[in-house]
Amino acid sequence: MSYLSLQDVSLSLGDTAILDRVSMSLDKGEFVSVLGPSGAGKSTILRVLTGSLAAQSGTITCAGQPLARRNDRFAFMPQRDALLPWRRVIDNLTLGLEVQGMTRKAARARVMPHLAEFGLDGFERHYPAELSGGMRQRAALLRTVVQERAVQLLDEPFGALDALTRLQMQRWFEQRWQDARWTTLLITHDVREAVALSDRIYVLSRRPARVIADIPVPLPRPRLARAPCAKAHALEAQILDILLHQTGE
Amino acid sequence: MRHPLPRRSGKGLARGIPTLLSVASAFVLWEAYVRLSGISALVLPPPSRVLDQIVQNRALLWDNTLPTLHATFAGFALSLSVAFTLSVVLDFLPRLRKALFPIFVISQTLPLVAIAPLVVLWFGFELTPKVLLVALVTFFPMLVALVDGYASTDPDIEALMRSMGATRGQVFRAARFPSAMPYFFAGLRISITYAVVAAIFAEYVGARAGLGIVILNAKNSFRPDLMLAAVVISSLLTLALFGAAALLQRIVLRWRNPEGRA
Repeated sequence: MSYLSLQDVSLSLGDTAILDRVSMSLDKGEFVSVLGPSGAGKSTILRVLTGSLAAQSGTITCAGQPLARRNDRFAFMPQRDALLPWRRVIDNLTLGLEVQGMTRKAARARVMPHLAEFGLDGFERHYPAELSGGMRQRAALLRTVVQERAVQLLDEPFGALDALTRLQMQRWFEQRWQDARWTTLLITHDVREAVALSDRIYVLSRRPARVIADIPVPLPRPRLARAPCAKAHALEAQILDILLHQTGE
Repeated sequence: MRHPLPRRSGKGLARGIPTLLSVASAFVLWEAYVRLSGISALVLPPPSRVLDQIVQNRALLWDNTLPTLHATFAGFALSLSVAFTLSVVLDFLPRLRKALFPIFVISQTLPLVAIAPLVVLWFGFELTPKVLLVALVTFFPMLVALVDGYASTDPDIEALMRSMGATRGQVFRAARFPSAMPYFFAGLRISITYAVVAAIFAEYVGARAGLGIVILNAKNSFRPDLMLAAVVISSLLTLALFGAAALLQRIVLRWRNPEGRA
């Protein structure tokens, strides 16, 4: 029995069908990526899970329970880091905990031990404007995981970074994930990123999005610390082939 | 970059020099014109004479600045508290916002010249009409600044907070209200200058004391030098309030240029 499961989830906005009977499942501790052409509705899946959009049909269950519209199962990391510029780094990190009703002091005590592993040690009194792109992204990720929700929903978390910083962040993230084993749903359009980080990859069609492939990635970890192996290349080529076929090129 | 502090203050001074020079040269030209053309001081007094009037009448000017300042602050406080309360209500009730906004716009189309005598007629020569007129003039810019400021909130931040399970009130406090602060201060700096002008005009129409009364009395006794002296004081008053608003903005919005952090 999978931990998070979407069954035949469909959604239209006005006359536009966005999701067409999308079914997915995640096991506890599993890292699953969703790949698809841009504008396919990848982020819409996250908006349905976080409750900002309601699916018209289909069922979503988490830990065996149907999902309530306002739920506390997921921690969400948006595409852009969405750090609050008027809050110091430490106050951004505690935002989710404070929203849940934790006192500022208790929330800080929860966050402080993680600063070093997220490379934010000594920057907790800074404002977000003073951080580099990679640091902002690490802060956004810490803000997400420190909420200790069941599933981490990451919406293209490294998409806005320059190529070098992105690679550094992916390597760092893989290590963090290997230690913590968060149940993670990652939205991305980067095939290499998906192959490097995931246990399994769902490939979506063009809009309206359907699941057109469910590809396991049985490669040993860590993957990013060494040169990509031939098997990874073959997987990347296979997925690219599916995607390019979709976009009609 | 080895000496960031001296460079900073040096830059601040250097920025002020062109302003001082242009103001000073305008006064020199004015003084020279009055002396060379032989124009009567009853028509155009030289700046030296205006300065002299300020010094001679310092007690009178001071005694009449206080009521103006009082009316300005009281009116501004009234307008700020009403604008803020209303902006919160309107943010939570968008339908009410659509219904009421035209009324606020209409309130801004009323000409002060016509409204001021009426308000004085209805509320007398004491503080009330001045406070009301200052509030009328400054209320709308502050309300618009706040409402626009709330609307400027990054939708990503709101989506993030909702995903955390935040209530509407929590989103307002943590995201919408701070998002409005830059707009609020832009509105504050403009309104505070309107406020002084409105207070003086209200006094001019009818009051027992205030810079508006000094100007009115000086006009009636053909004393342009004293009129200008009061104008200079009101101008300095406005500049001081503008500066105070700008300083407050720097303190509250220090997250926008955190390089200067303590």
